[in-house]
Amino acid sequence: MAEIEVYKRTPAEQALLKKRAKQSMKGQVMMFSLMIFLTLVSFSMVVAFQNDVAGFSKYFIVPMLMLFAAVQVGLQLYYFMHMSEKGHGIPQMFMFTGAMLGFLIPLTFVTIVWW
Amino acid sequence: MSSVAQKKGFGATLWDWLTTVDHKKIGILYFLGGGFFFVLGGIEALLIRWQLYKPNNDLVSAGLYNDLITMHGTTMIFLAAMPILFGFMNAIVPLQIGARDVAFPFINSLGFWMFFFGGLFLNISWIYGEVPDAGWTSYASLSLASPGHGIDFYAIGLQIAGGGTLMAGINFLVTIINMRAPGMTYMRMPLFTWTTFVASAMILFAFPPLTVGLFFLTFDRMFGGNFFHHAMGGNTIIWEHIFWIFGHPEVYILILPAFGIFSEIFSTFSRKRLFGYPSMVFATVLIGFLGFMVWAHHMFTVGLGPTANAIFAVATMAIAVPTGVKIFNWLLTMWGGSIKVTTPMLYALGFIPSFVMGGVTGVMQGAAPLDYQLHDSYFIVAHFHYVIVGGVVLAILAATHYWWPKMFGTMLHEGLGKVTFVFFFIGFHMTFLIQHWLGFWGMPRRVWTYMNDQGWDMANLISTIGALLMAVGVIVLVINVIITSVKNVKVSNDPWGDGRTLEWAIESPPVFYNFPTTPLVRGLDTVWIEKMEGNEAGYTAAEPVKDIHMPNGSIIPLLMSFGLFIAGFGAMFRTETSWGLPVLIIGLAWTFVCMAARSLQDDTGYYIKKEELLRDMKRKGGQA
Ligand code: HEM
Ligand SMILES: [Cu+2]
Repeated sequence: MAEIEVYKRTPAEQALLKKRAKQSMKGQVMMFSLMIFLTLVSFSMVVAFQNDVAGFSKYFIVPMLMLFAAVQVGLQLYYFMHMSEKGHGIPQMFMFTGAMLGFLIPLTFVTIVWW
Repeated sequence: MSSVAQKKGFGATLWDWLTTVDHKKIGILYFLGGGFFFVLGGIEALLIRWQLYKPNNDLVSAGLYNDLITMHGTTMIFLAAMPILFGFMNAIVPLQIGARDVAFPFINSLGFWMFFFGGLFLNISWIYGEVPDAGWTSYASLSLASPGHGIDFYAIGLQIAGGGTLMAGINFLVTIINMRAPGMTYMRMPLFTWTTFVASAMILFAFPPLTVGLFFLTFDRMFGGNFFHHAMGGNTIIWEHIFWIFGHPEVYILILPAFGIFSEIFSTFSRKRLFGYPSMVFATVLIGFLGFMVWAHHMFTVGLGPTANAIFAVATMAIAVPTGVKIFNWLLTMWGGSIKVTTPMLYALGFIPSFVMGGVTGVMQGAAPLDYQLHDSYFIVAHFHYVIVGGVVLAILAATHYWWPKMFGTMLHEGLGKVTFVFFFIGFHMTFLIQHWLGFWGMPRRVWTYMNDQGWDMANLISTIGALLMAVGVIVLVINVIITSVKNVKVSNDPWGDGRTLEWAIESPPVFYNFPTTPLVRGLDTVWIEKMEGNEAGYTAAEPVKDIHMPNGSIIPLLMSFGLFIAGFGAMFRTETSWGLPVLIIGLAWTFVCMAARSLQDDTGYYIKKEELLRDMKRKGGQA
């Protein structure tokens, strides 16, 4: 509800919040670099495969790409969409329930409807 | 707006109701709308039973019989049971958690109006003369073959009403997560709030499959799609899966709030804390979860194969465990309590044996090999009426008596209430108990008549007489409501004298802002705690009296839903008339214009001033 309140922070609070913000910024930048790195690796792997570099077979690259993709989704959710912060328990529960149903139901479909 | 009662003209009153975003008024709208459809579905049921009371009866034709069973089932589930439960949720849940309103008052009202227009759309089929006739499950192999517009009314009407249900569910979820009063932790929430929460979560996950299924059906029937046409590469079985992925959770969406209602009643009238509260909560959540894992038990005879049947059979039987936990908790709540047999309590006492019987037949059907015998026989009809009438409808009738004073400020007559119960309860068992045997004796479900001397004649007659007794019970209830409303004797905050939860701490019916000050919750059954400590006011305030922010009413939800209603007719007549397509486009455009109007409008609500609150409180003689 639109209650407007003006509230002045104490210097200690201000300092604490500033420290936290700084830490979170550091985390964000680190994760962002990690994600760029993972993306780079993914593309390089595909290019390596296309150029028949020894050791880069399809059976290695596809699972690796899947793994990287999963990590990227996790980072995206937990760092950039702030799910790692406090107060996100309920949304997490609903998301995981949804993801689980979204996995199990198609799984039953491929096994008992379309097998 | 002033909270002091003023006389308003008819037009102003009507406008007030059409634009209301107050959860208590929307609750009453749901209750009245659902009640109307309950009577309509009841009349359809009586016609069905009248057709079947003797062999070779010709009251209705075979085609009309199919119309009747389809509309009866669809109306009762989507337009009667669920909306009436939403009525109680709206009226009571915000009070139980100490909130002044729901999280999304606008969406709440939109949910109601979509239900209303969806229901209207479906029932216009009777006037138009082409009625849905493929059963409430509308299996694609039947529904795609059904001539005329009947199934189109089903697909579009349910799409609109289902959208409303989804909104109602989301609104309750957010309300319960975000709007609880200070101290109202999850493990202090009354059971009706908990079951509303879990049922809403189930709506969130179960209704999107229905939406998808109905869209597929709409495309197949009206836009040349082939999702379910096996000859065109589609798969007719997919509809059955999609329908039951929605359908089984749906039956739990109905029964969980009923469990919540009875939990409140048992503990109130046993004057004892609910036995095993944490296990009740856990059982509720577990049922909600398992409810998504069992849908294929409706399809044992489709030919999924023994492995799939076995898995789903075991999962199905697992649900009986948390359900049993609940039954024992209710019994142990009464154990050693000081029981007062009021009308709601009478319903609760009748509910236990009735629902247990429905649960037991459910487990029987869950055994896949046995289900080959039972499927599509009258045994199934007996099962689901035992759980739905013996569970959900008894809960609705119990809650009508229990919360009537809180919703309308008057008390239904207890004597007449008990008369209703006796007629309804005896009629219910008379109608449906014998149908188990009809099933064993081989009477198939969904047939419009039967030959004489197969041993079914007497049983069918008994069943029809039972249905008439239920009708008498409902008529007595209506008379009770009329007498009570005419007498109009106002009651106090806690007319039962044994209220335990926050709704009983404020007047009946509550002022439009519910709580002048947000309550502080100090435990489960918070009002009971306060009463035991001698606090006459019923609750402790968590804050000083200050200005309250309230939302403004709006006509936009009604207009928005009306656009969808119009668009539905356009979609239906698109191929055969020249006006179909334009009407479809205009209807949708109208809805989008309404949405834009809502988004662009800068409506921040209004404040009730502190002085006004203090004046109200003084008038009522309470302390500030
Ligand atoms: C102990 C819990 C339950 C079990 C094990 C159970 C099991 C089953 C099974 C196996 C069927 C399919 C039978 C067939 O068509 O051959 C069925 C049908 C049905 N059940 Fe239940 N059930 C349970 C509780 C409920 C509840 C609580 C409700 C509703 C409030 C309900 C409503 C229905 C309905 C409406 C149908 C018939 C659907 C149709 O074909 O139109 N059941 N049940
Ligand atoms: Cu089921």
